[in-house]
Amino acid sequence: MKTQVEEINRNIYDIKNKDEYDFKIKKGITKEIIEEISDQKNDPEWMREFRLKALEVYNQLEMPTWGPDLSELNMDEIATYVRPKTKLNTSWEDVPEDIKNTFDKLGIPEAEKKSLAGVGAQYDSEVVYHSMKEDLIKQGVIYTDMETAIREYPELVKKHFMKCVPVTDHKFVALHGAVWSGGSFVYVPKGVKVEIPLQSYFRLNSPESGQFEHTLIIVEKGASLHFIEGCSAPKYNKVNLHAGCVELYVKDGAYLRYSTIENWSKNMLNLNTKKAIVGKNAQMDWVSGSFGSKISMLYPMSILNGEGAKTEYTGISFAGKGQNLDTGFKVVHNAPNTSSVVNSKSISKNGGKCTYRSLVRIKENAKNSKSSVSCESLMLDDFSISDTIPVNDIQTDEVEFSHEAKIGKISDKAIFYLMSRGLSEEDAKAMIVRGFAEPIAKELPVEYAVEMNNLINLELEGAIG
Amino acid sequence: MSKLLEIKNLHVNAEEKEILKGINLNINKGEIHVIMGPNGSGKTTTANAILNNPEYTKTEGKIIFDGQDITDLKTDEIARKGIFMSFQLPEEIPGISVTNFLKYAKNKATGKPVKIFEFKDELKKYMEELNMNPKNMERSLNVGFSGGEKKKNEILQMLVLNPKLAILDETDSGLDVDAIKTVSKGIKMFKNDNNAVLIITHNTKILHELKVDYVHVLVNGKIVKTGEQDLAEEIEENGYAQYK
Repeated sequence: MKTQVEEINRNIYDIKNKDEYDFKIKKGITKEIIEEISDQKNDPEWMREFRLKALEVYNQLEMPTWGPDLSELNMDEIATYVRPKTKLNTSWEDVPEDIKNTFDKLGIPEAEKKSLAGVGAQYDSEVVYHSMKEDLIKQGVIYTDMETAIREYPELVKKHFMKCVPVTDHKFVALHGAVWSGGSFVYVPKGVKVEIPLQSYFRLNSPESGQFEHTLIIVEKGASLHFIEGCSAPKYNKVNLHAGCVELYVKDGAYLRYSTIENWSKNMLNLNTKKAIVGKNAQMDWVSGSFGSKISMLYPMSILNGEGAKTEYTGISFAGKGQNLDTGFKVVHNAPNTSSVVNSKSISKNGGKCTYRSLVRIKENAKNSKSSVSCESLMLDDFSISDTIPVNDIQTDEVEFSHEAKIGKISDKAIFYLMSRGLSEEDAKAMIVRGFAEPIAKELPVEYAVEMNNLINLELEGAIG
Repeated sequence: MSKLLEIKNLHVNAEEKEILKGINLNINKGEIHVIMGPNGSGKTTTANAILNNPEYTKTEGKIIFDGQDITDLKTDEIARKGIFMSFQLPEEIPGISVTNFLKYAKNKATGKPVKIFEFKDELKKYMEELNMNPKNMERSLNVGFSGGEKKKNEILQMLVLNPKLAILDETDSGLDVDAIKTVSKGIKMFKNDNNAVLIITHNTKILHELKVDYVHVLVNGKIVKTGEQDLAEEIEENGYAQYK
């Protein structure tokens, strides 16, 4: 029963296309391999040098040992670059049939028509489709793949690329710097308000491979943007790796909302890095849903550099059997009158593990700043695990800071109450879990909120049957 | 009169301790029964055992409802056969409004789609009768409700789900005189010749408003006396001391 439901549940994500590609690099991480990727991608010289320097850093840094066990990851078994058998297209008609079908089933072209101002779609290591509405182009908005950005806007890219997230941050960022490919580049000029969201979708099809897309977004003074990122992959027996990097520059008075729905298959190690630098009176909002992957280590970070900068993090994770989702939020208050609000929820069932790991650092110069953190965990049975590991580093007295953590098991009394009204045990649990998740669900883009509810229903049926 | 509920020699444990020590009870359609008893006598256990709350274990005996053995059925199956329980401490369920919950539960109880307009009219009528604030309907189920609001909400659910047997577990406790009158009004609206009510209480105020058929005195896990309305009055005067 359980296997069957899980198969039904994931069937959209689990469509495996044949591992066909234009080029797949041999497995492993060596100087020769990095040079080969650089050749294949036709990098400008500065980027080739950048990759090789990142490789040196990668070789010097140790694996992180403070979090989930990553010992099953063997980089000698991962192909870090897989070029799909197509070029970047601006019309879905030109995308090869099987790749287009995959994105169709994921609902991307449909969402593009209904509710998005632009779409990017990456398949394995390269972006296969990119398009944006005409009026945004006229206003000077740039939305394209990273490779095009490097060719067409070299100065803009050079000034920002891996400056917010330096390759020395940790081992997987260094790896990313060496092998990165694909991703999106967004530039919103001063004062331009992009009312309708842009969305990039990342799909990894190739087995025993990795995806290392780079997303770079610059929102100029007084401008605003909502960017949505989705990702998924079919399940294989061997480990796949995702080590993307997201760099966000939110300039003075600007607004950026970055929503992510991550639904990787359960053989994926998701070691992703995301960081935003937030200017004076600017606001950075993160919305994050983590449902997939075998192991996730994901801690988006806001650096509040300008006076009056604000950030909000709203996140939910749902760990089932065999999943270890280690997520959380990091914020550095680096200017006076800054504020941060964190609202995190996690659900674990069937032996799954959710950890909320966070950092709140309020520097001495950040007088009159406020930070409020709330994290709640719900465990659906006695053998699932939940943990909260907050680090709070408050360097000035002139702040308002609150941290509230609640960890609990789903209430048998509440289940009995609902069952006494005629709801089955499954329906009762799903209703309680949906209620728990609702404050977060309503922050998600609407089609993802619906998807999250379906996911909760199906996951729970699977857990009980 | 036709039999609705029959409890035969029911023994129930809670956390390994025997709470009910051989209960026998027959309820016919059209009747209102009252179980009275001091704290800890097993009143709430009786209600929970009828609905087969997994926190309680039946060690002996049978429960027959409407001709069927329901002793070991799951709580939701028992509910769908037509037994409702009003909780002493109703649970708070965030994320679903009272209206949507009732629509959902009615659909589950009847197995039929709910007709929206009829449903809304019905709801409005009941809420007026129960002096309920219509704004509460769009709030999450019981979340932030006062004790009185929660109890009224239980009665509202009873009226909407329209069971064959309604068990009211201490629905009157903690309510002021006006709220008790409202609850009694709800019971009168609900009651007809084809259903029955089992009221569990330790005080008699609620009984002044209702015509009761049988009063059972439960002490230390056993029904020690059964009588009519005047038995309640006697207990009101003399307490339970003589039954201990």
